[in-house]
Amino acid sequence: MAAKTVNRRRFLTTMARTACGVSLFALGLGFYARGSKALPPEYIRPPGALEEEKFLSACTRCGICVRDCPYDILKLAELGRDNAATGTPYFHARSGACEMCEDIPCIPNCPTGALDHSLTDINKARMGLAVVIDQENCIAFQGLRCEVCYNVCPLRGKALSLDYQPNKRSGRHALFIPVVHSDACTGCGLCERACILEREAIKVLPIRLAKGELGHHYRFGWKEKAKHGGALVTPDKEHHFNLPKGVEYDYSTGRIYVKNKPAAPNAPQAAKPKGGAASILNRGIQEAK
Amino acid sequence: MATPLEELGHDALAQKGWLGAYKWLIARRIAQVAIIGLFLLGPLGGVWILKGNLSSSLLLDTVPMVEPITFLQMLAAGAAGITTTTIIGVLIVAVFYALVGGRAYCAWVCPVNMVTDAAAWLRRKLGIKSTSKIPDWARWWMLGAVIVLAMATGSLAYELVNPVSMTHRGLIYGMGAGWAVIVAVFAYDLLIAKHGWCGHLCPMGALYSAIGSYSVVRMRSDNRAACDDCMECFEVCPEPRILPAALKQGQKQGLPPAVLSGLCTNCGRCADICSKDVFAFGLVLPRERMAGPSREGAGRAEDETLKQAP
Repeated sequence: MAAKTVNRRRFLTTMARTACGVSLFALGLGFYARGSKALPPEYIRPPGALEEEKFLSACTRCGICVRDCPYDILKLAELGRDNAATGTPYFHARSGACEMCEDIPCIPNCPTGALDHSLTDINKARMGLAVVIDQENCIAFQGLRCEVCYNVCPLRGKALSLDYQPNKRSGRHALFIPVVHSDACTGCGLCERACILEREAIKVLPIRLAKGELGHHYRFGWKEKAKHGGALVTPDKEHHFNLPKGVEYDYSTGRIYVKNKPAAPNAPQAAKPKGGAASILNRGIQEAK
Repeated sequence: MATPLEELGHDALAQKGWLGAYKWLIARRIAQVAIIGLFLLGPLGGVWILKGNLSSSLLLDTVPMVEPITFLQMLAAGAAGITTTTIIGVLIVAVFYALVGGRAYCAWVCPVNMVTDAAAWLRRKLGIKSTSKIPDWARWWMLGAVIVLAMATGSLAYELVNPVSMTHRGLIYGMGAGWAVIVAVFAYDLLIAKHGWCGHLCPMGALYSAIGSYSVVRMRSDNRAACDDCMECFEVCPEPRILPAALKQGQKQGLPPAVLSGLCTNCGRCADICSKDVFAFGLVLPRERMAGPSREGAGRAEDETLKQAP
């Protein structure tokens, strides 16, 4: 009987010790796993990668995509050296951007759906979104001609276009401002790699960081109206200014007219008042002051 | 009569010569290095026989293979991204090891085996006897923890630290600080627990032993009557608990002359070290397995030896 008790005690102690050890291991690893769930923003997943949360449960860390990339830009994260989850594939746009191969060779041999096999058009990849993030250092904003990012963009004109703006410093030149369009940008990072600055002014960011999101209840009246083909609530009412009797506002010219008597350009009565039509509309406000 | 530790292997060497006394060990080292070599042949030599790493790979650019513990974690983490290829890949691996012995992976493929074998060898050379008593079923709890962690975190959490995949991936793609994990496993096996990692804790070993529970390729002991109780096989076996059922102990209970436990890694060290040639690789078909006493009996044989051991 006594021997049996000792055995039971030893059994329970062993059980408890093992449980303790394994729980400690699980706890530590659990926290570590939670910590390594966030991909640092400068790391970009290969094209077709599932959203990060799902990617981490689908990627087997085998590196077949790394082998299949003809430009050798992909890398598997190494323990303690890279901040991405150990063993998962990524690239750094500044040192090696995705060349956007038409056949997307990194995807078909992926043994799981971590890289979405249904992605066959590389232009539909969304690895991230380029953002002209430093407008103080981008030399285009200083009025200098650069346009390197625009010229290397594989979807030039669609994903990245130039917006001409007046150069207020010189007063007579144009600024050639690079503008990224999120509906076309794949996040390949070629612009980031090509940026001529010491540190790039255009960077590919994860879409969650690069984009805002409109309140889901938000509707733009003019868009809804166009969709519907007319006003949705009450019929549009023409706006009336509170003008003296017999005087009208003409939207097209921004002038005030005496009714039924279109003013001749030089007519003193209806001449555009100093300060434009607004000075008449604001009449009374100044007097009140 | 048990051979003293310092004379371990002397008899086999005298009886069978160097090659005879080390043939399975040499074959395993060749297999282990060759598998790493085949994975490296692509990136270094442009010959693509194996692509990827042990977590999943592509043989000759056509046959997919997926590591069962990776697949199990994928399932537990929410089954995102499991495709037909994934399932075919894991089935190929599982069926292969179900036939040749699950833990043949441990002895013939796993790169950590070289690390822990080195630790075991150094342990013998240095005469380190003390060992922490970790139950060898702790590996099943580890396997449970791996699955629970995958469920709780929704990611392949264990793959962040798995020494096996980390070592193999590290050798092929770059190690980073992964060498620290290898050193930790080595130090643990050398100083803390004998066969501590592979024989007690590794959840991959647990899973492979389950896969290979009824495998056909087995270490047979048809010649067990010749056993002279030198106990040398117990000294070199990574899972010594499983040997008695195949030797005289099992003979008394009418058990088949073979190591039938799923824990056997088919490493062949017992065959190499035995100067009487008790052990040899062979087949155990289900018919023979069924003919012997129930599995329960086999378990009892193991337990009784354990009681006698100290």
